[in-house]
Amino acid sequence: MNWADLNLVPVMPEIFLISALSVILLLDLFISDAKRGITYGLSLLTLAGTAALQVYTFEPYAQYTLSNMFVADPLASLVKLAMYGATAMILVYSRQYAADRDMFKGEFFTLALFALFGMNVMVSASHFLSLYMGLELLSLSLYALIALQRDSVPATEAAMKYFVLGALASGLLLYGMSMVYGATGTLEIAAIAKSIHGGSANQLLLVFGLVFLVAGLAFKLGAVPFHMWIPDVYQGSPTAITLMIGAAPKLAAFVFIFRILVQGLDGLTGDWQSMLAIMAVLSMAIGNITAIAQTNLKRMLAYSTISHMGFLLLGLLAGNEQGYSSALFYAVTYVLTTLASFGVIMALSRAGFECDKLEDLKGLNSRNSWYAALMLLTMFSLAGIPPLVGFYAKFAVIKAIVDIGLVKLAVFAVAMSLIGAFYYLRVVKHMYFDEVQDTSPIVVRGDMQLVLSLNALALLVLGVLPERLIEICVEAMKQSLTVL
Amino acid sequence: MFTNLLSLVIWTPIVAGLLVLTTGGDQRAPLARWLALAGSLAGFLVSLPLYTGFNDLNGGMQFEEMRPWIQALNINYHLGVDGISMLFIVLNSFTTLMVVLAGWEVIEKRVAQYMAAFLIMSGLINGSFASLDAMLFYVFFEAMLIPMYLIIGVWGGPRRVYASVKFFLYTLLGSLLMLVAFIYMYFHAGKTFEILAFHDMKIALSVQMLLFVAFFLSFAVKVPMWPVHTWLPDAHVEAPTGGSMVLAAITLKLGAYGFLRFALPILPDASRELAWVMVALSLVAVVYIGLVALVQSDMKKLVAYSSISHMGFVTLGMFMFLGTNMNQWAVEGALVQMVSHGFVSAAMFFCIGVMYDRLHSRNIADYGGVANKMPIFAAFMMLFGMANSGLPATSGFVGEFMVILGAVQVNFWYAALAATTLIFGAAYTLWMYKRVIFGDIGNSHVAEMKDVNKREFLVLAILAITVLGMGLYPQAFVSKMHLSVNDLIAHVAQSKL
Repeated sequence: MNWADLNLVPVMPEIFLISALSVILLLDLFISDAKRGITYGLSLLTLAGTAALQVYTFEPYAQYTLSNMFVADPLASLVKLAMYGATAMILVYSRQYAADRDMFKGEFFTLALFALFGMNVMVSASHFLSLYMGLELLSLSLYALIALQRDSVPATEAAMKYFVLGALASGLLLYGMSMVYGATGTLEIAAIAKSIHGGSANQLLLVFGLVFLVAGLAFKLGAVPFHMWIPDVYQGSPTAITLMIGAAPKLAAFVFIFRILVQGLDGLTGDWQSMLAIMAVLSMAIGNITAIAQTNLKRMLAYSTISHMGFLLLGLLAGNEQGYSSALFYAVTYVLTTLASFGVIMALSRAGFECDKLEDLKGLNSRNSWYAALMLLTMFSLAGIPPLVGFYAKFAVIKAIVDIGLVKLAVFAVAMSLIGAFYYLRVVKHMYFDEVQDTSPIVVRGDMQLVLSLNALALLVLGVLPERLIEICVEAMKQSLTVL
Repeated sequence: MFTNLLSLVIWTPIVAGLLVLTTGGDQRAPLARWLALAGSLAGFLVSLPLYTGFNDLNGGMQFEEMRPWIQALNINYHLGVDGISMLFIVLNSFTTLMVVLAGWEVIEKRVAQYMAAFLIMSGLINGSFASLDAMLFYVFFEAMLIPMYLIIGVWGGPRRVYASVKFFLYTLLGSLLMLVAFIYMYFHAGKTFEILAFHDMKIALSVQMLLFVAFFLSFAVKVPMWPVHTWLPDAHVEAPTGGSMVLAAITLKLGAYGFLRFALPILPDASRELAWVMVALSLVAVVYIGLVALVQSDMKKLVAYSSISHMGFVTLGMFMFLGTNMNQWAVEGALVQMVSHGFVSAAMFFCIGVMYDRLHSRNIADYGGVANKMPIFAAFMMLFGMANSGLPATSGFVGEFMVILGAVQVNFWYAALAATTLIFGAAYTLWMYKRVIFGDIGNSHVAEMKDVNKREFLVLAILAITVLGMGLYPQAFVSKMHLSVNDLIAHVAQSKL
């Protein structure tokens, strides 16, 4: 390592995060269960501090450091800020939920922050080794988080499934990376791109490695045919943890794919485009159609995730700046929507009762019209109905693929979102059209009420005024692509 | 004074709707009602300057507003109306006022949500008519589905869930394809969503055909044309009275308006090529659906089918090409028919609602001899029934007469088939009227029916005046649309290959 030009400024947020995390880890040992609120507060403070540093160290161009293992570019900064926000919201949403289920422990917070740190590393990696390190840190934290409720059979089962399949996917990914290394002689993403463009790399070996890489990435994203873990894990995990798996990691996985496929294997675009196209089509079809048959709300949302990842892949496979920025916008808004949907589920759950079946929403409008309205916004946003933000996400992606001439694929995508609309409508139907069954009062902490309301209303506000967020995504993508 | 008039017309009802929502639960229902009335009245009043301030000598867009909205996607907040769309905005604002009055004490549960849904929808509909940017149009057009879905689903009849989901998915299917068409045209027109720019671009015939299919699916579902009409009877039957009024009076017109604003001027060659299909489907709607209406035992279903049949007249008039030219008589007749049907269908559904509130049945067989108990009501319904059958001196006559007149110029048999509606229309409307209103008192429930109250009288009287007024002096709005229609015809006459 060359110590002379070691620039630690771009890594400041990560350094702060891991230091604060270590402090919390130690401090928590001396905190009794009754005072766990301190750990909670410290975790939120850590997130705020990290976010502040992120903004403070922001530069509108890419900075490489740590022997080119780490890159801080606008894309990474934007995604990281979104992840801090998402994690903070999850902590707020799950406070009561976790306390009711005996999960309000130090591990809950430290593991969540470790997962976040792993995602940060993933997002900022410019080297296969750091990419993989970040991914494993994230995955291991998540495995442990799922199994946090150690006496819960479904949770343990979900953790085992996720672990076994996740290890397999990591293996595939490593295998692919090693082949790319064999072909290009380097693990550094920029150098790989240069080597492929130079034409000296063994094309056969590269494409072979690409297949493994794409398979591993698809698993992490949850795209068909590597999606089978998603429904089981979403359903089996406690809702707070489902949200941790379903929200920020999708953003990290998106950047992860972007770094490998777009920044590293840019020269093989034609090859991975067709693979992504097949996975996108299958994800949208299987995700949407299977979701119709679900009676479990969490499982339904899991299949809905799969279909949304199909849409995300559509944006990526457009293979141009417009496509990438539309996929980034899709990922950001999807995470925001997911947070709101699971947030409402957690708000409706209480000690000893899990609001995870569709019937549990029956008559919500007469029980509490505010939460019904929030869920309504969320569902129509997922269905892509204007004026909610989900519409612009779908619109931008479709526009990107029509631009490269794939009109048939666009028609297929809208046909699938029509099918998707059906099950989102069913949720609304349960909340608004059906008679109420469960009349127990809904008690939600004040801070959660506020954050959750802002979260869901943001879907509407961003839907009426999406300009700024779209611009930010386009700008971030532009900067990240000029590096190439 | 008129700089932001269209924005005002769009946002007044929406803001009023949000205000009504804040009144909360049903314990404050009276407040919600009065607030809704004030909001809809304000919405109607601000729409009036559109009519009075409209320059008849200008066929182009008036009251234009242009602001960048989403620059990253090249979408503008571009509003404007011509003589065609202006009339529908006024009609819509008027209907909303009627709907609020119609639902006054009839709706007992979730009053605030009911009123708010209608007000918000009214604003969105105004927005669709006033949009000159395709994406802005699309956003309004689609957003409308949300309140309508809730209106049918929450306050509807026994099979409301089925009807609401069917309504939503049917309309969504069409509009999603239209979205792809818009995006395609965006690139074709040089990266702009301006509707007027779409009007000027050249497109190959094969592409025009495909785009026409996309538009057709979107607008034909909305009109609705045979054979994609099946959602309408379900939605109408299950929707509350107000929902049926808005659905029949306004949202159906939006489909026909879509043909005039998008399909015909953007794709004139494909429209000419496929005009025979449109004419055939329209004639099927006029004749076959007219016959279907004849055998209905449910009053609401009968009027719903009669709506489809009348809308067949509208699409017939629009696609009545004489060589390469659209037929002036037929097009203006179609527009008159649209406006007239807006009033007449709203009135018919309101009449059925009045009876339903008393007897809780829509079955013709459950009535009989209503005239004995409700003479005032019977007189009003007589007038609307006559208008629905197209009797001269009512608004229903003018439009149908003009379309038939246009059709004779093109093909005698078209006109002959279309004219059968005068027979069928009279048959199903008057036969229903006879069975429900005349005769001896059918049963003890009918014997207990009370005549209309002041609120109902007010609504009926206003509607009756407009229906008669339009029949006697159609010039009041034909003069507004005349130049815009001329421009449209001149535009469509030019090939865009």
